[in-house]
Amino acid sequence: MSIEVNIEKFRAESPMADFLRMERMPHIWCPGCGIGTVVNSFAEAVKKSGIDMDKLAVISGIGCTGRVAGYVNFDSIHTTHGRAIPVATGLKLANPDLKVVVVSGDGDLTGIGGNHFIHAARRNMDIMVICVNNFTYGMTGGQVTPTTPQTANASTTPYGNYEYPFSLPFLADACGATYVARWTSLHARNITKSIREALNHKGFSFIEVIAPCTTLYQRRNRLGDGLDALEYYKEDAGVEKDVDTRDVGIDFQGDIAMGRFVQREKPTYYEAVNERYANVLGDDYQLYGMSKPEREEKAKREAEERAKVQALMEDEEAQMMAEDMGVDEEGL
Amino acid sequence: MRKTAADPKGVLEGSHFLDGDHAIAEGALAAGCRFFAGYPITPSTETAERFAERCPAAGGLFIQMEDEIASIAALIGGAWGGQKVMTVTSGPGLSLMMENLGLAVMTETPMVIADVQRAGPSTGLPTMPAQQDMMQIRWGSHGDYRIIALCPDSPQECFDLTVEAFNLSETYRVPVFIMADETVGHMHEKVVIPPAGDIEVVQRNWYEGPKKDYRPYQFTGKDVAPMVKAGDGYRFHITGLTHDERGYPHLTVDQNEKVVTHLIEKIDSNADNIIRLDESEVEGADVVVVSYGITSRIVSRAVQLAREAGIKTGSMRLITIWPFAEKRIEELAGKVKAIVVPEINYGQMVREVERSVAGKCRVVSVPHCGGAVHDPDVILDAIMEASK
Ligand SMILES: Cc1ncc(C[n+]2csc(CCOP(=O)(O)OP(=O)(O)O)c2C)c(N)n1
Ligand code: SF4
Ligand SMILES: [Mg+2]
Repeated sequence: MSIEVNIEKFRAESPMADFLRMERMPHIWCPGCGIGTVVNSFAEAVKKSGIDMDKLAVISGIGCTGRVAGYVNFDSIHTTHGRAIPVATGLKLANPDLKVVVVSGDGDLTGIGGNHFIHAARRNMDIMVICVNNFTYGMTGGQVTPTTPQTANASTTPYGNYEYPFSLPFLADACGATYVARWTSLHARNITKSIREALNHKGFSFIEVIAPCTTLYQRRNRLGDGLDALEYYKEDAGVEKDVDTRDVGIDFQGDIAMGRFVQREKPTYYEAVNERYANVLGDDYQLYGMSKPEREEKAKREAEERAKVQALMEDEEAQMMAEDMGVDEEGL
Repeated sequence: MRKTAADPKGVLEGSHFLDGDHAIAEGALAAGCRFFAGYPITPSTETAERFAERCPAAGGLFIQMEDEIASIAALIGGAWGGQKVMTVTSGPGLSLMMENLGLAVMTETPMVIADVQRAGPSTGLPTMPAQQDMMQIRWGSHGDYRIIALCPDSPQECFDLTVEAFNLSETYRVPVFIMADETVGHMHEKVVIPPAGDIEVVQRNWYEGPKKDYRPYQFTGKDVAPMVKAGDGYRFHITGLTHDERGYPHLTVDQNEKVVTHLIEKIDSNADNIIRLDESEVEGADVVVVSYGITSRIVSRAVQLAREAGIKTGSMRLITIWPFAEKRIEELAGKVKAIVVPEINYGQMVREVERSVAGKCRVVSVPHCGGAVHDPDVILDAIMEASK
């Protein structure tokens, strides 16, 4: 039986119409894949944040997740495998007024692109990185990645994985990221909230979303379909407060610690550049033609804006709590 | 194409004693480059150092990336962020740049890459000259494509050609290479930097129509589409995948033909406008020496000796390496006995000469393994031999 999809109707009526390049629908993702949830949460976060969509750019690498840049209705660059972060770095530095968001896969960001990841975190580059971690190279057919848990089966570890995996929040934290969170694709509202926080964060923010690759990882490991993955997240994923990122590794089908693990203030790369040059060169220094008073005025404006948004988010949260519709301990 | 005078902030007007590497950095600043991402490698590092020192006062930004892959990737972001961008490297770093060179070509992103060549393969002779990357830039990234490459033979030309490289990269939305070498990069000579008003700079061709109508590409095989920068509301998309005029993936053979033909034709069909040669006494010559870069300076001595020995010797210096001056070489081939091609490699551009000549005259390669320049006598011997 074939499923009839009325694409024209979907295009006309979707609440995502502003956010997606509707002319590019349908997308390539499999039924039950977790990537779509992340895109939805991202859209929701951008909408709620009220930020100017013209000032936000999305950069992806290569992979199933790497296709995100092509579907979202922002300035967007679909780069080469692993190189989303340095492209984002160039974009941000060339045009510091932009919010630059990288959305890519675990293999892309932490395998081939691992070097860029650690250095962007080290520099506290003012970009947001969202990693859809499905523990596999989805697009190429389910090979092992740097995050695949031991014993999990992948097409290139057909007898089960024997490598030690990365725990990404720990990696990001250790490298200097100033905002680090992890959720699963079941926890869409938390992802949305996290993305809003990260949009309002100054510096390198990293959000890991554990998400199912139904077609490859789930199937190869006989873990059932997308719904089974969500059942697993419901059972075994829990919010951990004040947890040390050293303790949030994930074993095969084991517990998943979630939450906002790191949130700290530190000058960004750009601020550090500005401060150093301004100190040494004084008025001779004019980054892209901006004088010192202009730069200071702008920084002040932006800080005020961030504080306003922060207060707004706190208000909303308090209200949600009061109405008892907020995030409970399990984050559901 | 909007041509203006240079922004005086980047122009260090005057007469200087500079090495080629530093002159490249000055050329970039004069051309309006305000974003440089690089990674240190001998013998190119001085360009990055000079830019890092000079750019804050010129209103630019320098970042030392974690490797050359990141450097060229950052240029792609930087260019679409609205800046004129450049990087510098040498053999090993150039090899690392090859994949994203392809992305830059495919997305038609203007950038300038200076390659201060050293002898390879691999780490080779890091502090010694070579001309061994001529084919790597042309073929090193996978797929069919074209780039533009210019080859300076002096610090003055390092300055002049860097300005020109930026102008060409904006005109054709294509990566443009400066193919210097260790000797030109490290030799100090007089470099005259003209007043800003006398330096002609091609500004980016910014799109000006209605936002919703913007198309990042047009596949005419002649002209390139105007550009926009991120943050201005055009919501552009670019990808390394085969794409349509909106920049959206369009994965068919037909579309690939359109895209690849355009990438090739926009350079080939404009080759006459791009190619610059420096010829001397070519008309009526029996032997013409075709050379480029530092080797041309050795050739000038060899040619002088040959003329003194009574051989009608012409010289053609390739200032533009790619696109290759095939029409002019073919023309010459019908008139001369032989073309002699000395180069600091085991025979790279000589193959292009042979291809263009197509058997109409003798072609003599004068190879060198790299690490030094030729002895002029070796080139002289080849000229003598070829004149027989
Ligand atoms: C340089 C290079 N090497 C390999 C590939 C092949 N490749 C394409 S996608 C991919 C894996 C992507 O995995 P991940 O980042 O986890 O994304 P997912 O598909 O799981 O979302 C690989 C290896 C490539 N495109 N480029
Ligand atoms: S292969 Fe896996 S990651 Fe890729 S779209 Fe399908 S389910 Fe998602
Ligand atoms: Mg993956």
